Amino acid sequence: MHKGDTVTVMSATPAPESVSVSGWGRTAPSTARVVRPRSQEEAVAALRSCAERGGIARGLGRAYGDAAQNAGGAVLDMTGLDRVHTIDATGASAASAAGGTVVCDAGVSLHHLMEVLLPLGLFVPVTPGTRYVTVGGAIAADIHGKNHHVSGSFAHHVLALDLLTADGTVRTVEPGTPLFDATAGGMGLTGVILSATLRLHPVETSLMAVDTERAADLDDLMARLTATDHRYRYSVAWIDLLARGAATGRAVLTRGDHAPLAALPDRARTAPLAFRPRRLPPAPRFVPEGLLGRRSVGLFNELWYRKAPRSRTGELQKLSAFFHPLDGVPHWNRVYGRGGFVQYQFVVGYGQEETLRRIVRRISAHRCPSFLAVLKRFGEAGAGWLSFPVPGWTLALDIPAGLPGLGPFLDELDEEVAGAGGRVYLAKDSRLRPGALASMYPRLPDFRALRRELDPNSLFRSDLSRRLGL
Amino acid sequence: MKDAFGTPQSLLILGGTSEIALATARRLVARRTRKVWLAGRPSPALEQAAEHLRDMGADARTVPFDALDAESHGDTLGALFADNDIDMVLLAFGILGDQARDEDDPLAAVRVAQTNYTGAVSAGLICARALQTQGHGSLVVLSSVAGERARRSNFIYGSSKAGLDAFAQGLGDALHGTGVHVMVVRPGFVRSKMTAGLDEAPMATTPEAVAEAIETGLRRRSETVWVPGALRVVMSALRHVPRPVFRRLPV
Repeated sequence: MHKGDTVTVMSATPAPESVSVSGWGRTAPSTARVVRPRSQEEAVAALRSCAERGGIARGLGRAYGDAAQNAGGAVLDMTGLDRVHTIDATGASAASAAGGTVVCDAGVSLHHLMEVLLPLGLFVPVTPGTRYVTVGGAIAADIHGKNHHVSGSFAHHVLALDLLTADGTVRTVEPGTPLFDATAGGMGLTGVILSATLRLHPVETSLMAVDTERAADLDDLMARLTATDHRYRYSVAWIDLLARGAATGRAVLTRGDHAPLAALPDRARTAPLAFRPRRLPPAPRFVPEGLLGRRSVGLFNELWYRKAPRSRTGELQKLSAFFHPLDGVPHWNRVYGRGGFVQYQFVVGYGQEETLRRIVRRISAHRCPSFLAVLKRFGEAGAGWLSFPVPGWTLALDIPAGLPGLGPFLDELDEEVAGAGGRVYLAKDSRLRPGALASMYPRLPDFRALRRELDPNSLFRSDLSRRLGL
Repeated sequence: MKDAFGTPQSLLILGGTSEIALATARRLVARRTRKVWLAGRPSPALEQAAEHLRDMGADARTVPFDALDAESHGDTLGALFADNDIDMVLLAFGILGDQARDEDDPLAAVRVAQTNYTGAVSAGLICARALQTQGHGSLVVLSSVAGERARRSNFIYGSSKAGLDAFAQGLGDALHGTGVHVMVVRPGFVRSKMTAGLDEAPMATTPEAVAEAIETGLRRRSETVWVPGALRVVMSALRHVPRPVFRRLPV
């Protein structure tokens, strides 16, 4: 577990006391008994102790909202189940595109997997913007990364998983079954994921070959992404949502792939698979509210856009710099101050570009001070019933929760998104109106029916499930 | 559950005909609140208030509740919490009394104190414990600037609010870190039926303004809210005015 996280670490044996738990956005904290099982047996025992207010599994707490909180009940801190069991690296040779597989506990972080797998020439199939998520959390939120348009979401690469269900049994769940499809993206509400078998991606080096280019406005950006995304395994665009007028939606595209050994300079070839991410000092505990205002973020965005090269190809970057720039600053979420922040991520399908344009214009007109906004094109949808990605455009942005009028403004955006057949991402949500959910996730009735059957007493519960009536 | 902006989905109002409370309920129902319980002495006004909230789309119900009958609080409130998660409790009951008359009628004065203070102590403790069990929620207590420093012109009401204010602050500290948030709201002179016919004090405000301040306070997880905000400065100055001078002030 990340040092000094919002959750106090406790072993399963002494009676756990109630601690305050919040998501990465640090809004709406609630208290729960946090239990930290160290084995499957302890997890089963911990589940039995979940009294009337139920329990929910929690990984490294990177969900922005209230997905891994359970007010008045139990929270199972799964980071104690942290063993990598077996790695099959037979497909890791440069010639084979097969990759390998790994069997690991649900509490293993992607960071740890990278440390273990990279020396073997293997890489996780999907990584989000942070390495500090657990495998269990990655499946429960069915996370996506910059390679979604090529590789799909995380659950697509899960070959099997062990799930502790409400009746206290451990089931091995395989893709293609209703339970798997409910669990992938099911926000931990079908059971506790204990371990998983993942398919891995072969790499020759731990460096990335990155092409960078600037887009002058939103139309330019969308045209560039549409035209050439298929050439890259990884693709994302940072977008300046404070830019106005003709520059509305200006962006920096960074796209690339794992660098082949041949692309490395001689001195780098001695240790092509080295993985040494740099870490800066953590963000201070107390940051004044409003540090990230319109002026400061506007200035940051201006500089960020200006400093990016107009066009550069084949630049070698460290994995961590390309995928996880924010992981370099532990506790970066503190920079929003005590009031915390809200992440808003939605997707609208291809053909709904006009909705996307309208939303970007509205965000720009509302002057949301967002410095982490990214636009990406999704590929094929996964099988998960509550899985977020569907083919289309996804925009993610961060906004300080204290911004006046933010609640009603985001409600209006929800209506735009739902009206265009799109949806918002539950792993990031902390404020959706419950009534808006059904039209965004058409498989919700199936999900609810499966939960009723599998977990009639609602043993698995979270603040998110209470808030949205999942 | 409350959302990222502290807006509750369910709301219990103790003192269901309070204008400030109903203005707050209207504001919150327009956002996220779907379930509202209006607790108060059964009356047509209470039913009307619930009807109005139902018209706005809320599932509003009335609950018989008498602040003076502390014995019954445990059962009444306990039954509510047993069946529901309540995201926010707004403790809004209180009576102004009639200072001039109450000075000659000790029993009437005691009724002011019992309603505003002891009634709130019993209801506040019961709600606090229930919120603590559910692990989340806000207890919003309507205090008053009158409790900040007792004045000649309404010290009976003022002293009862002073007791309530001190109680709520202490309760807030006791519940710190339990996931339960206690917020003390200190409005100045509020134009409402409770103050109808009285001379308006400086910096008078409206129930709607108090409701807005409550919504902002929920978002910020504030512990103390003054309405209007400038009263905080004014009262901190007034607090330090020497007695002989304060006595003569026309406040």
